[in-house]
Amino acid sequence: MASIAERLSATGTANALELRGVTRLFGALAALSDVTLSVGPGERRAVLGSNGAGKTTLFNCITGDFLPTSGTIRFFGEDITVFPAQERIRRGLRRTYQISLLFTGLSVIDNVYLACRGVSRGRFSFLRPGSRDAIRASAEGLVEAVHLTGVRDRLVGELAYGQQRQLEIALALAGAPRFILFDEPAAGLSPTERSELVEILTALPRHIGFVIIEHDMDVALKVVESVTMMHNGRIFKEGAPAEIEADPEVQELYLGGGHG
Amino acid sequence: MTDLPFRTTAAPASRLTDQLASVHPAWWFLSLLLLVMPLLAGDFVLVQIFGWSFILGMIALSLMFLGGYGGMVSLAQMTIAAIAGYMAAVFGTSSVGEISMGLPWWVAVPIALAIATLFGVIVGALAVRTAGIYTIMITLAISAAFFYFALQNYEIFNGQRGFNGIRAPVVFGVDWRDPVAFYYLTLGIATLSFLFVLYISRSPFGLALQGIRDNARRMSAIGYNVTAHRVAAYAVASLIAGLAGILLTWQNGQISPGTAGISAVIDILVIAVVGGLSHPIGPFLGALLYVLLRTFALDVFSMFGFESTRFNLLVGVSFLIVVLLSPDGLIGLWKRWRDRARRGAR
Repeated sequence: MASIAERLSATGTANALELRGVTRLFGALAALSDVTLSVGPGERRAVLGSNGAGKTTLFNCITGDFLPTSGTIRFFGEDITVFPAQERIRRGLRRTYQISLLFTGLSVIDNVYLACRGVSRGRFSFLRPGSRDAIRASAEGLVEAVHLTGVRDRLVGELAYGQQRQLEIALALAGAPRFILFDEPAAGLSPTERSELVEILTALPRHIGFVIIEHDMDVALKVVESVTMMHNGRIFKEGAPAEIEADPEVQELYLGGGHG
Repeated sequence: MTDLPFRTTAAPASRLTDQLASVHPAWWFLSLLLLVMPLLAGDFVLVQIFGWSFILGMIALSLMFLGGYGGMVSLAQMTIAAIAGYMAAVFGTSSVGEISMGLPWWVAVPIALAIATLFGVIVGALAVRTAGIYTIMITLAISAAFFYFALQNYEIFNGQRGFNGIRAPVVFGVDWRDPVAFYYLTLGIATLSFLFVLYISRSPFGLALQGIRDNARRMSAIGYNVTAHRVAAYAVASLIAGLAGILLTWQNGQISPGTAGISAVIDILVIAVVGGLSHPIGPFLGALLYVLLRTFALDVFSMFGFESTRFNLLVGVSFLIVVLLSPDGLIGLWKRWRDRARRGAR
């Protein structure tokens, strides 16, 4: 195990995310092949690519929903390749899901409360939180921040689709996130909801970096400073949004492919 | 973003009184009725109807806790209860002097509960990596294995005879075997178990369990160790089932492999489902219906001139009707009736 000094110095200089040669096989199919990627602390990056390019698989490997077949993943310098998902989350990694994964039998406030409690102490507590409970208070604040105060006590299963997407984001903002993975947060949202989403993303504190998978270029390119293009499980281009948009190969493969 | 202003709720000083005031009058009425029951009912009703209902209700409550909150349907709860009952006989006093150690109840009962809880944790550790029908199958297999093991093991479980002559102890000068005392004993412990489950359902532990039921994958993606949480839930449920198992042994004065036979194991599932899995009161309602049917179906059947040996038909058909009418058992029926009454009042 690395000494504390080593770990501290690593934290100071290391990238938020550092992937080296990450490969994930499903049987004979390589969903990810030899992906090497670095994202700095506070950096905001879009991952683009057609369906089946391996974007969500990349997220699943980073958050530990499943393990990569080979390669290493570092989070602020620490090797998290084989950590269980909850250990990564407790270190400040967060994610949202393309298809909302929420607790439909619980109320909005209970969903957010669970997320806030999950990254703090007392997960196994048998005592009900009092009205002065700090976690309770931060959950109330988050519900307000994603504009869900009006439906605070409603069961999540009864919410409108757009509201569920907002809650999906609230769960990823719980506690003190250091880095967030957003998996198509704008999918299925109305134009108004999309601009609200852009507002929420740009209002995030500067030190919180994120990677966003997004088909909607209007959303994606407004909130990021760099872009990674993926195709067939490989990274084939990285650059600033303007460079990527202008790249003929990208136009051919993706932008010209009817996605607009 | 988390330090935005938020709405403060009621001051903590008035919380307890507020909570007591928010309790529906029906609960106060039910409590009063149960407290004065010994004035209204005879010994048979106190022990054989209510005592038995409270005990079976607790075992079904342990299943409701795992199934309703945790989404884990365990068929091992009756077996865990029986292990506690057996251990109370082994470490305490029974007529089987060559096995029973004769330790005082305050030693034997905690040991029995600890062993039952440990067994439940082991069952949990085996079962939590499975889901749905596979959880049911693995816990059923464990229950069946225990039944045959107890039947054939003479060193600890005394084979098919089991143990008899087990008595509730005399504590504080009260003979807890006396029907009225035993009624209050079972009522008290069942009420505590009920309130405990109700209370922790809103605690971080209980909420996390419901989160795991709804979406286990997301729970680990917000920082929870799902496996550890599930195993801990088995420990809590085993403690409740274990308490009930000891009470059951004291009530019957005996325990034998049949106590945890396959039909008894499945009866607990039937009780919990017929009562309803959405609220801790469900298992007790289911248990009362079960006990009433088991006790009186025979009489009702012969009253109508049917062949009395087929009284189980009435038991089965009654359960079938409840489940067909309401997906959430008796709780669901009651809710529907209440909603209709409210609409009618308007």
